[in-house]
Amino acid sequence: MYNENIFHYLRTNKLPHIWCPGCAHGIITASILRGIDKLKLDKNKTSVISGIGCSGRTPGYLDMNTLHTTHGRSLTFATGIKFANPKLTVIDVMGDGDALAIGGNHFIHACRRNIDITAIIFNNNIYGMTGGQYSPTTPVNAYASTAPYGNVEPPFDIVKLATGAGATFVARGDAFHVALMDKIIEQAISHKGFSVVEIMATCPTQFGRRNKMKEPYQMLDFVANMAVSIKKWNEISEEEKEGKFPVGVFVDETRSEYCESYEENILKKVQRGEK
Amino acid sequence: MTKIELLSGNDAVVKAAITAGCKFYGGYPITPSSEIAEGMAKELPQVNGKFIQMEDEIAGIGASIGASLTGAKAMTATSGPGFSLKQEHIGYAIMGEIPLVIVNVMRGGPSTGMPTYPAQSDVMQARWGTHGDHELIVLTPCSVQEIFKLTIEAFNLSEKYRVPVILLTDEIIAHMREKVEIEARSEYKIIDRAKPTVEPENYNPFDTKHGMVPPLAPYGEGYRFHITGLTHDHTGFPTSNPDLVEKLQERLRDKILDNKKYFNWYEERMVDDADIVVVAYGATARSAMRAIKDARLNNIKAGLYRPITMWPFGYENIKKIAKTAKMILVVEMNLGQVKGEVERAVAGTKCKVKFLGKANGELITPAEIGTKIMEVMNV
Repeated sequence: MYNENIFHYLRTNKLPHIWCPGCAHGIITASILRGIDKLKLDKNKTSVISGIGCSGRTPGYLDMNTLHTTHGRSLTFATGIKFANPKLTVIDVMGDGDALAIGGNHFIHACRRNIDITAIIFNNNIYGMTGGQYSPTTPVNAYASTAPYGNVEPPFDIVKLATGAGATFVARGDAFHVALMDKIIEQAISHKGFSVVEIMATCPTQFGRRNKMKEPYQMLDFVANMAVSIKKWNEISEEEKEGKFPVGVFVDETRSEYCESYEENILKKVQRGEK
Repeated sequence: MTKIELLSGNDAVVKAAITAGCKFYGGYPITPSSEIAEGMAKELPQVNGKFIQMEDEIAGIGASIGASLTGAKAMTATSGPGFSLKQEHIGYAIMGEIPLVIVNVMRGGPSTGMPTYPAQSDVMQARWGTHGDHELIVLTPCSVQEIFKLTIEAFNLSEKYRVPVILLTDEIIAHMREKVEIEARSEYKIIDRAKPTVEPENYNPFDTKHGMVPPLAPYGEGYRFHITGLTHDHTGFPTSNPDLVEKLQERLRDKILDNKKYFNWYEERMVDDADIVVVAYGATARSAMRAIKDARLNNIKAGLYRPITMWPFGYENIKKIAKTAKMILVVEMNLGQVKGEVERAVAGTKCKVKFLGKANGELITPAEIGTKIMEVMNV
């Protein structure tokens, strides 16, 4: 996976990054850059946007048009950027709390609108930066700083949520199976329409430490063992599915993209003098 | 050639925004501002602009900020409860120094309050609604003609100072129809934000080498840079170095206050010899205008001071009045917001400050102001 070509997409003077040892965010960031490199995107025409949290620091390391916005609201800024200048490739990186709790409304509406933005959710099942509070994806019974007796809230299934809300590309990968992650991120960026990629990430500091996986390898093992390919997923029993999740591409379809739709159905109509 | 049109205040915002070069509107429906969104939805495509109705108020302003970063002049409009929701991103635009115009058509509050009735109760929210120390510019027109003029100025100031500018209207002047004189676009002074003149590799979005308001490059034109809501240095990257943070905080303040003289707009009527000066703005100023004329007929030397730029507040203008007038009567559709600022302005002088305000959804009439003038002047 080592790829020297990605270095020129980095603001190397901003390194080292702030992420903890064992955090998967660097692994995912490198995967995004390999996707950008493979697609030969022009950094002058690429915009990477984030919200608040550990994932929020990603754009700062990338030598592009970058914006570190407010908690949960990054998709609103991304929508404005893409809609005002559809020539830009727009990638929005979010955390699980960021995208699904405080930003849940923006997330489902971006899916529905099908605007050509790639949303990558770094799902580490916890609020890492604020100190390990439970998030909308924390598993039931897992411990968190605000769930000292175990979490009683059921988690969101991001893939089902995005699919139900209308995203035209929906995929899930994990930070261990890097080849698959590279493939789906590249596919997501090249997809025309709203793409959602959930990457199961690791947070040994805030999640692992409270859940008997304080060593980074334990958390990566945990994620790796839970990931099952979609093909295999359809073959195993319900019992075997317990505690596991399918990875791969779940939705890849074509539907009218928002900016194109506005161009075709509104701007051109007005230019032709039609009502 | 001058065109004469019959427009509501909200219509005038739309016409003026298009004249100012607005190319993007992101918003959410809310009474009594919705006609602005409706008008922009119709007019923007005519100038190859973009309109989007977002999922909520926060998203409306978020999208507008994003659009502004691509170089488009952008705006949003709302009313009280929506204005509360937008505060988070008003702060972001201040910190990121991103030009943006926000129209707040004031209605009765708190909370849902009185959606279809007027109020002037967001004067302080406009000033201090978002957290943290900050400066921004707030304009308060009192007629449809002035809404037209100040909407253009709001865009101009926003582009010039890289700051969100709030046009604070009220339900009365927003829905009232008046004759408006509109000139050809070339007759208006239109300001566009300064673009960088340096090579991309030497560009820093917060570099003050050539002035307190650095040029802002649009995304997508080769100037790759970073913007964050965190405190940052001249490069745009986060810093918590106290010296650099202090420098940033002071510049965000000073770029507005040091330039205040260029937009210290107000109107005075019969103030020079006045014993009593009414301070009123927006729709209330219209009643006050009538009231001071009536008072003069009753041999009371009354005048009017009308702030057009509400924030930064014209303390020095009021202080000057306080040197000659015996009394200032603040009249506003709230329970006393500008009143406090006037008291600060006159502190140390002999001028007394009286107050007439209400927040029950009713306009304050000329007769009520007249009666109050008689009462406080002991006539």
